[in-house]
Amino acid sequence: MSYPADRKYTKEHEWIQVNGNAATIGITDYAQQSLGDIVFVETPKVGAELTAGKTFGTVESVKAVSDLFAPATGTVTEVNADLATSPEKVNTDAHGSWMVKLTLKNPGELDGLLSAADYEKFVAEEAGH
Amino acid sequence: MEATPAGITTAIRKTALNAVHRQMGAKMVEFNGWDMPVEYPAAMGCGIINEHMAVRTGVGIFDVSHMGDIRLAGPQALAAVQHISMNDASRLAVGQAQYSALLYPEGTFVDDVIVHRLGDDEYLLVINAGTREKDFSWVRDHTGEFKCAVENLSDDFTQIAIQGPKAVNLLQKLTDADLSAVKFYWVTRGTLCRLSNILIGRTGYTAEDGFEIYIPADEATGARVWYEILAAGKEFGVVPCGLGARNTLRLEGALSLYGHEISDTINVWEAGLDRFCKMEKQEFVGREALEKAKAAGIKRTLVGLEMVERGIARDGYKVLDGSGSEIGYVTSGSPAPFLKRNIALAYVPPQFAAVGAGVKVEIRGQGVGAVVVPTPFYKRPKKSF
Repeated sequence: MSYPADRKYTKEHEWIQVNGNAATIGITDYAQQSLGDIVFVETPKVGAELTAGKTFGTVESVKAVSDLFAPATGTVTEVNADLATSPEKVNTDAHGSWMVKLTLKNPGELDGLLSAADYEKFVAEEAGH
Repeated sequence: MEATPAGITTAIRKTALNAVHRQMGAKMVEFNGWDMPVEYPAAMGCGIINEHMAVRTGVGIFDVSHMGDIRLAGPQALAAVQHISMNDASRLAVGQAQYSALLYPEGTFVDDVIVHRLGDDEYLLVINAGTREKDFSWVRDHTGEFKCAVENLSDDFTQIAIQGPKAVNLLQKLTDADLSAVKFYWVTRGTLCRLSNILIGRTGYTAEDGFEIYIPADEATGARVWYEILAAGKEFGVVPCGLGARNTLRLEGALSLYGHEISDTINVWEAGLDRFCKMEKQEFVGREALEKAKAAGIKRTLVGLEMVERGIARDGYKVLDGSGSEIGYVTSGSPAPFLKRNIALAYVPPQFAAVGAGVKVEIRGQGVGAVVVPTPFYKRPKKSF
């Protein structure tokens, strides 16, 4: 799997794509593969404040419950309502199935996140364990 | 090897099919000290949901070699089995099997077992992976007074379960035994994949028709038979299945799992396994306590729950009443892939156990609505053989 270079990644397996002050967040292909069949996605409502590094939602597969961690601080402007009824779309297209959009409080925060190449190296190591 | 906090190293145990699972790309997990496949890759048409659906509509195969086996043989084997198990083994004809349990004197569970009568004076108990050593010691310690040999055969077999409505069609291609003559919960022997005198039981843990076979434990034989079953099952859409699907299948069938619905602190009446406990037979370990427990009445009972609000109940979640007070807990909870509902088994006080009663399950701090429903959640369609 190649990871799109147009976004950044966290070690908790979220991706974040930034356009000025606006950002879009989802989980990576590695995350969906580790979770297995995804059956439930719970995201905060529009207007909710996310804090970088803190949980902001939940994704559940048949077998496992997993927290979503915010890659950046900001205010939710839109949630992907489609995933409430069709969570399996995260399995088929993790990098296209965004979960929330937000307005960033401090775009500089993203400097500490991983590039696509670094994330790919990171998951290769994690999978090797 | 993994180091425990005490500095003791314990080996993670592997079945003879471990290399096969890894070769197939299965996602492996530690289960009761065993390195086992939880699911096979989505790329080969697997994953828990697909594996579950294959067993409900076609056929799937499972490595269940982590299960243990105890053989009791000798002139007093029946008396020994009667003493240590709650069902009535005297009702078994040679070749017949029954669901039963080993109980502590308190009437709680050592383990649940399938008792097979293999000969006039020969019984095979199939036991759980996590309780293998405990069960064997317990059986040995409680049968000393009987003229019967107790052997731990747990490492002697690779055990493969072939499950689903097409299991009989698949397995019949590989054996000379007439499977149509074997009723559910009966066993036979036959040549299977060129191995002679193989024990074949029409048993399983999926709430579906199916078979469990017991073949020699060496890796080469295991791998050969595993791949021959997959090849023979191609026309039926067979898939390999992991512990993930095994759990969702047994949950739809409301079949107990040791450490969840049954344990050393839960008694037979609470678990609702009355029909497998024959109080009218002779004395058995646990009987006295169960008599008292019955007279005293139970404080909790196992019920089926279906979520009516959005949320998935999981093992250990609290069950709340309408006002938010804790009344019980979930023993097993999951999305049900075939039924397409979120279901759970839970212990609640009897006054909350009526079908239709509304309760809440606490999910991440929120009470989410659920309703008591009849169990099993899933019952396989009746079919004439």
